[in-house]
Amino acid sequence: MIPLARRYGGPTVRYVLLSVFALVALLPTYVMFTGAFKSQDQFIRSPFGLPLEPSLDGFVRVWSAQFPVWFMNSVVVTGASVILTVAVAALAAWGFANWSFRGKSGLLAVIISLMVIPPVVLLIPLFQVGAQLGWISTYRLLILIYIGLMLPFSIFMLTNFFSTVPGSILEAARVDGASSWTTFTRIVLPLSKAPLATLAIVNVLWAWNELLLALVLMQSDDKKTLMIGLTGFQSRYSLDIPTVMAGMSIATLPLLVVYLIGQRSFIQGLTAGSIKGE
Amino acid sequence: MTGGVAPSTLAPGRIAVRRSSPGSWQPWLWIAPAIAVLLAIFGYSIVALFGESLTFQGDWVGLENFGLIFSDPLFTTGLLHNGLLLLAVPVLAAFATFFAVLLFETKRGLGFYRAVVFMPYVLAVPVVAVVFGQLLQRNGPINEALRSAGLSAIALDWLGDPNVALWTMAGVIMWKEVGFGVVLILARMLTVSTEMYEAAKLDGAGFWRTHWSITLPEIRPILGFYVVTEAITMVSWVFNYVYVLTNGQGGPGNATVVSELYIYRNAFQYQQPELAAAAAVILFLGTMLFVIVFVRMQRRSLRVSS
Repeated sequence: MIPLARRYGGPTVRYVLLSVFALVALLPTYVMFTGAFKSQDQFIRSPFGLPLEPSLDGFVRVWSAQFPVWFMNSVVVTGASVILTVAVAALAAWGFANWSFRGKSGLLAVIISLMVIPPVVLLIPLFQVGAQLGWISTYRLLILIYIGLMLPFSIFMLTNFFSTVPGSILEAARVDGASSWTTFTRIVLPLSKAPLATLAIVNVLWAWNELLLALVLMQSDDKKTLMIGLTGFQSRYSLDIPTVMAGMSIATLPLLVVYLIGQRSFIQGLTAGSIKGE
Repeated sequence: MTGGVAPSTLAPGRIAVRRSSPGSWQPWLWIAPAIAVLLAIFGYSIVALFGESLTFQGDWVGLENFGLIFSDPLFTTGLLHNGLLLLAVPVLAAFATFFAVLLFETKRGLGFYRAVVFMPYVLAVPVVAVVFGQLLQRNGPINEALRSAGLSAIALDWLGDPNVALWTMAGVIMWKEVGFGVVLILARMLTVSTEMYEAAKLDGAGFWRTHWSITLPEIRPILGFYVVTEAITMVSWVFNYVYVLTNGQGGPGNATVVSELYIYRNAFQYQQPELAAAAAVILFLGTMLFVIVFVRMQRRSLRVSS
């Protein structure tokens, strides 16, 4: 492969293009993290420069506001919804992968198609029901809806994976008299640690970053998630760029760390819906 | 096994033997919790939505709400903007393919570049929108940089000029989404047997020839998947960008109003849930068109076939 690349002349051209591309991809993140340590003046004077006199004022201002509460709300909603989603999806995926039954492929097709229904379509009825139940600004409503929205992809991905568990192992378990529950918990789940972790990460990313549903369903200030808080933050502090950037940095850092550590499986997970046999 | 979405990659022999006792209730026990949640969230909502779109304050009004929204220029403007955003999809696909090929040809630093290129996809849309909102101010950092480079002619008022704002939005969306395409296409390319490329090299095929005749046919299914996914994004998942970049207004003027924003504002700001429901029904039906294509593609890639 290397000679092939060399023959096409321009490794230099290629690296220049790639570097420009990488620079453009990184620039906003860089501006965000460095901006968080600048003063307003420094940011205006040199937005792309390094923070030569780093200050933590932005972080202090952010943390003294409602920010810690929003952060915890995001942790609770994301944590609970992702754990429950992975559990429910694993059960369903095993049901799909281990048995064949009438209507299975049709049901799977319907579930897959749910992946693309935009949340805004569901929002009006869900808001009205939530209001009737008195569940607006409660964790349970948002968690339940997040589970619903994350399930289709999760079931799809795990069904695909469980189907690759070699039949001979399952056959052996059955001959030994293991129930389907035992087979599932003792054999299938331990074999699936990596895809389960990947799925959890992909779902954490989605739930942590979700805006629209949380915006409508979490109205009281002490129930807002980080993304809603930050969005309002921006308009309130629009003249205080370092504070906004500091808030964004804190909101982004956990996911970025997870991404950089588990980058490989992360990418595999997000492409799992479409590429097979890697 | 070369992977990919073609049905020929299904290997039924490898898949476990299923207990296919006819009429078995067992699998349903496992699936039941998921079905219950999906029925509550999707089933109920969609039925209720259609019901609401045909009523006004509880009374049956037939298709009147639909008549009202289609005579509302703001709604048709929103639809038009979604349509214009679709024009970005082929550009996005071309960029993604180009950079995937570049990465494919690069052995040194492949992992690094891939991680960097994919990073925008991991960032939250609100974060992306806020940062770009700062960068793209009329006298913001990007324009200052352009001016000092002697390019003041293209230092536009990115978010303030009604003729430009929607395309700026498209640019930001593309910036975030292109990494997903690169990663998808690259993953597919890496499963193509190297012998094909070696053979092409021996035959003296050049860069363009090689990728036109080998790469493009191989990545066509995955490219199709990417195009459909991004088309769905442009039609029904751009709310976050518009909301954050324009403070929920769709401005300047109505330059960046999209159908999702129209629905959101009618439902939760103007208290006209019936009109919002009618608009949501239209958006739902529009999305279903893409869904049909999408499901066909996914089903081909799904290994479990009964």
